[in-house]
Amino acid sequence: MTGTVWDIFILLVKVVGVFAALMVTVLLTIWLERRIVAFMQTRVGPNRVGPFGVLQTLADGIKLFFKEDVRPSNADKLLYGVAPVIMMIPAFLAFSVIPFGFAFGSERAQLADLNVGLLFVLAMGSLQVYGIVLAGWASGSNYPLLGAVRSSAQMISYEIAQGLSLVGVFMTAGTLSAAGIVAAQQGDPLLGFIPRWYVIFQFPLFLVFLLSGIAETNRAPFDLPEAESELVGGYHTEYSGVKFALFFLAEYLNIVTVSAVATTAFLGGPDGPAPDFLPWLWPILWFAAKVFFFIFIFIWLRATLPRLRFDRLMDFGWKVLIPVALAWVAVTAVVLVVDVNLPRPVLLGAIGVLLALLLLSFLLPSSDKEKADRTAPGGSTP
Amino acid sequence: MTSSEQAELIVFIILAPLAVVTALGMVLTRNAVYSALLLVVNFFCLAGFYVLLEAQFVAAVQVIVYAGAIMVLFLFVLMLLGIGNEVVVKEQMRGQRPAAVLLALGLLVAIVGALAAGVFDAEPASLAAANEGGNVEAIGRILFTRYTFAFETAGILLVVAAVGALVLGKRQP
Repeated sequence: MTGTVWDIFILLVKVVGVFAALMVTVLLTIWLERRIVAFMQTRVGPNRVGPFGVLQTLADGIKLFFKEDVRPSNADKLLYGVAPVIMMIPAFLAFSVIPFGFAFGSERAQLADLNVGLLFVLAMGSLQVYGIVLAGWASGSNYPLLGAVRSSAQMISYEIAQGLSLVGVFMTAGTLSAAGIVAAQQGDPLLGFIPRWYVIFQFPLFLVFLLSGIAETNRAPFDLPEAESELVGGYHTEYSGVKFALFFLAEYLNIVTVSAVATTAFLGGPDGPAPDFLPWLWPILWFAAKVFFFIFIFIWLRATLPRLRFDRLMDFGWKVLIPVALAWVAVTAVVLVVDVNLPRPVLLGAIGVLLALLLLSFLLPSSDKEKADRTAPGGSTP
Repeated sequence: MTSSEQAELIVFIILAPLAVVTALGMVLTRNAVYSALLLVVNFFCLAGFYVLLEAQFVAAVQVIVYAGAIMVLFLFVLMLLGIGNEVVVKEQMRGQRPAAVLLALGLLVAIVGALAAGVFDAEPASLAAANEGGNVEAIGRILFTRYTFAFETAGILLVVAAVGALVLGKRQP
């Protein structure tokens, strides 16, 4: 029986460790976001609490926890309280299947290596929408309800693109398990320097995953569910104090999780050159570095791009991302089955770059003719 | 009883009453939103049962498709229609109640009859054989070999339904 007790102890240590690491990452992310956005806008940003203001988020959190908890009189008593919790739980659970390192001795650096792996992450992502929908409905007020309706439409649409973007990864790796996908991306570099990461072989899907990930986490430029210029604060307008803190926490947790999934599926997870000194530490550092790279992209996009209009957002999801993902899945299937002289990764990479250019061409400013059509409604043709 | 069987039993003892309670609550509650949410909890219990039966793929799909997509759309519609708290309970179809009772009785007779006839006494096929090469792989293989026709037919059915809904929605008055 000692074996069982020891196993449970190890598991508890891992769970608490991952939980603590996630919380610290969230604190750092919020601070980084405020500092980086401030830097991009030539402001100073928080710099009072702790060195460089690192502890600002902690101070804000403590403030929120001691605020009075206000509940609108129209609110549904039970669901109003439950909604923030529903939002948080999947955000934490999704991380349990992500491998954040290779091994500590005999233990795997991963909470659970599920057979269905990343599918579990998608399932947790699909539950997030309940938190938003219930928060909007239970507030008993119009702005939150509108935010929730928008959000459910947006999240369900982009879920499809996100799911499809992982299909190509599953097909090339031949497994759904997160550890299996990481293992499939290891091996000798191509031509001596290109790593076998799926960001190269599955480049279009990488773009689709990143874009739909931003939409799934309701981040700018896809932050319509909480568009403050139109909806006051969206689904969490009526929330304050500790419940608002939970929403805030969940949003940043989601950013961390999406970054971690992108790292696992496309950047080889904890893969990277590791010296012999402290061999268990390097993979974790590589993993953290890649996650923070994605977090930086999230922050960068927020500081750069204006919010999309809602119909544009839906058009982009349904008419661009989903067809591109579907087409690429078909291409991957053909390349995996057909016998060619070229190495398959090279072929996939070449086609991928072409398709990616096509995808990016949608983002270019429209041609002069279209602009003329738009500025002259009614189209006064000569 | 091995420890894994013990764990299985404990999980079942927790999940089974929860499934029954949420199912009853879903039917009995007057509030449409609560009813939908209880159904979602019920779906989770079902997903838990699938995991106990070592069908992880079906469990994940159950959560993604039913809990994550279909029930969200239900809630979406409930919110858009602005159905607040009390739903007007009115019989929509005539003769629905007697028909429902009749069908329920028929199902009961069928289940009791099957139990009495000893349908479930047979030794189940080995789980290890069914899950050979991994649960997801096994489902994929069987879906695209033995059941290709049924699979493709279901796909066509769904496409036709989606196109039909589009046509109905877009029809000009």
